[in-house]
Amino acid sequence: MDTMAAIRETFFQECEEQLGELEVGLNAMEEGVADSETVNAVFRAVHSIKGGAGAFKLDRLVRFAHTFETSLDLIRSDQLATSPTVMRTMLRSADLLADLVKASRSDHPVDEARVEAQIAELKALSESAKEAPSAANAGGGDADGLDFQPVLLEIGNLGAPEPQAARYAITLIPAPDLYRKGNETVRLLRELSRMGEFRVECDTQHLPPLDALDPEGAYLAWRVELTTAEDEAAIHELFEFVIDDCELEIVVDRAAAALGANAPAETAPTAPSVAAGALASPSVSAPAEPIEAVAAATAAEPEKAKTEAAKPDASASAPTIRVDLERVDRLINLVGELVINQAMLSQRVLEAGLARSSSVAAGLGALEQLTREIQEGVMAIRAQPVKPLFQRMSRIVRELTDATGKIVRLRTEGEATEVDRTVIERLADPLTHMIRNAVDHGVERPEVREAAGKPAQGEVKLSAAHRSGRIVIEVSDDGAGINRQRVREIAIKKGLIAPDAQFTDGEIDNLLFMPGFSTAQSISNISGRGVGMDVVKRSIQALGGRITIVSRPGQGSIFSMSLPLTLAVLDGMVVKVADQTLVVPLTAIVETLRPKAGEVHALGVNARVISDRGGFAPLIDVGQELGYRDEAADPVGSVVLVVETEVSTRCALVVDAIHDQRQVVIKSLEANYRQVPGIAAATILGDGRVALILDIDTFVARTNRSATAQEPLLAAVG
Amino acid sequence: MKEVNVAAAEPREFIAFRIGVQEFCIDIMSVREIRGWTPATALPHAPAYVRGVINLRGSVLPIVDLAERLGFPQTDASARQVIIVVQVGAQIIGLLVDAVSDILTLTTENIQPTPDVASDFVKSFVRGILAIDGRMIGVIELDGVMTTESEAAA
Repeated sequence: MDTMAAIRETFFQECEEQLGELEVGLNAMEEGVADSETVNAVFRAVHSIKGGAGAFKLDRLVRFAHTFETSLDLIRSDQLATSPTVMRTMLRSADLLADLVKASRSDHPVDEARVEAQIAELKALSESAKEAPSAANAGGGDADGLDFQPVLLEIGNLGAPEPQAARYAITLIPAPDLYRKGNETVRLLRELSRMGEFRVECDTQHLPPLDALDPEGAYLAWRVELTTAEDEAAIHELFEFVIDDCELEIVVDRAAAALGANAPAETAPTAPSVAAGALASPSVSAPAEPIEAVAAATAAEPEKAKTEAAKPDASASAPTIRVDLERVDRLINLVGELVINQAMLSQRVLEAGLARSSSVAAGLGALEQLTREIQEGVMAIRAQPVKPLFQRMSRIVRELTDATGKIVRLRTEGEATEVDRTVIERLADPLTHMIRNAVDHGVERPEVREAAGKPAQGEVKLSAAHRSGRIVIEVSDDGAGINRQRVREIAIKKGLIAPDAQFTDGEIDNLLFMPGFSTAQSISNISGRGVGMDVVKRSIQALGGRITIVSRPGQGSIFSMSLPLTLAVLDGMVVKVADQTLVVPLTAIVETLRPKAGEVHALGVNARVISDRGGFAPLIDVGQELGYRDEAADPVGSVVLVVETEVSTRCALVVDAIHDQRQVVIKSLEANYRQVPGIAAATILGDGRVALILDIDTFVARTNRSATAQEPLLAAVG
Repeated sequence: MKEVNVAAAEPREFIAFRIGVQEFCIDIMSVREIRGWTPATALPHAPAYVRGVINLRGSVLPIVDLAERLGFPQTDASARQVIIVVQVGAQIIGLLVDAVSDILTLTTENIQPTPDVASDFVKSFVRGILAIDGRMIGVIELDGVMTTESEAAA
């Protein structure tokens, strides 16, 4: 039973992959860039799900998959054009199929009405295509194929009367479609040969002369004599996937079984016998008779076609193994310890006063290099492309366009960009919300768009890219942009800002991130359910990321998220502040400098600024801000780190000295303590002591809060 | 006031320790280990009783100065002090005390209710009083030792 559960789990995991393929293929078809290979891939995906589902008696899934497959088959045989309407139905069917798989996995009930409606819709498509029937499509276009019953292995029967060896005469005449769908007779025969005493004969009677031969045709037939203890159902099951594409006859001959399988009947004495052992080779080894050579070529031909068909799959996914995530995480933790340990060792060696040229130092350098490589390797195990995440979003856009009556297309870019699995997982909710916002609030209704001189179809773009050690994910729309006047009014109405407060456009846009803010006129069930952009912002921040808005009236908005590639390590600058060691994330640092006396200016009572590339950046004394010392240090003679925050404001942080620049392992402060404002996390340094990692954005935001009067706003945003 | 949750019939073990001249104890089941003092990294914006964080075999452990928490003067931490590593809920924290003095086995009957004294600190953490051999030992309930966020912000 346990094994069964495991196999079932594997099936569902594979289903997910198939569903991904399906969606990619359908999207390509919708874009009109699909070749026959894509269509085949789509078909195969549904077919595999159907096949697997049959084995697990998931009847509902099988039934729907079959209807779906039937319609896809019509597309494949060019009987059904891939018009936008058809493709919409197909995509919706794919969504439903995904839901059915999910429901079957968790044994949840499904919305029968929805299934029936979708089946009816697919059937209607098939009916419309039937007007141009084709002989080549025997049964494929048959909408009545709904009563498809998977042939199941009847386990109960096995336990019944003692299994008695029976002799079966099996005739198999494959149709060309069998090969076209990627099946292979040699495999079927090999499986048969495993069931018992086995004899096979190849019937080459129907093989035409070479000049009349269709290389993709199927001319060979096989006659098999099988003596086995397995029952007939087991044999039928073997042919389950090809039954539609071949003629199969299974005759039981119990009496003959007793006599043994001697003297094959008077079948085609001229045909060469192929020994079961030789079946392992794909080409039939045959006597040097010209016609046999052709037979071999014919047999090899579908094989080749099959290999080609399988090629895109092979290139898309190299061999993989499934590993328990927990094992990977344990490994990552261990490597983290290794990194710390290696750093401690380096420090000890340094303290021992060994010369840099000593062999110990050299060995240690090599160890450091190796440690880093191991760490990168282990991190790469957790990295995954954002593609599945993006695919989920395309479904959301689809559902939203149906619900809102807007016409929106989702364009994705950089799907292969890889990022830590946890980041992907925790990005799903905020991203869903942002996509919903883009469709619901961003893109206008078709008539409004046309009035504004824009195409009726709106576009939401989702892109991912690596940028200087971080992943940047952007959600942009070509809608109306943020209605700043309204945002301002709402913020005033809700008491979030003072009526007379002056804000820049950027600041108004950032009001969207305030808790409880929602600009939706009416609360729709799409966006506006009390969870707003503040939740999005908080989720992104919790991942060590930041989010920014750029919006142009009439042209649309861009929400840009910058996230760390991994949540386990960080490149940082180790600095000393008032006897404490701190780590500043390298990504935030723009430059470091030692200010001269003339560059520091006092501004007001206790604020100071520094000349910075033609402008002035406020000086923040890190030690004073964190409460490590009461008086700010003199910036002249100290080291200044110029940092840039999420809202692109520059600040100059005053520290005492820079010690080092290194990769540090991130350790949670929240696990045993709680979140500390201005501090992102902790790490353990080479001397075994804990050092805090500065969170530039909240740190600077806090400083601003104490320095300006906009307390309620910034308290909420930060 | 909540009584220490000890089944009457079952004796349980407590670890007793000293803060200044007074003695307190905690349930041994919540104690993970006892270790010597190591310098802690100060945490900004932390209550005064949080002395900072130390590295406990790769995890970051906050240290609570129990003396300060109970309203005594701050412990002058040195190599003589010890850290009792305890589990409170899902978190593990270190309690800085002057010395571990004893392991006590007792039942609920041994614990007397805390006398009505003025100190809020005592009221919030001391769940009962033990009288053993003329010594008076306060039983500390750990739940409130690390405060909630709101209290820290106040």
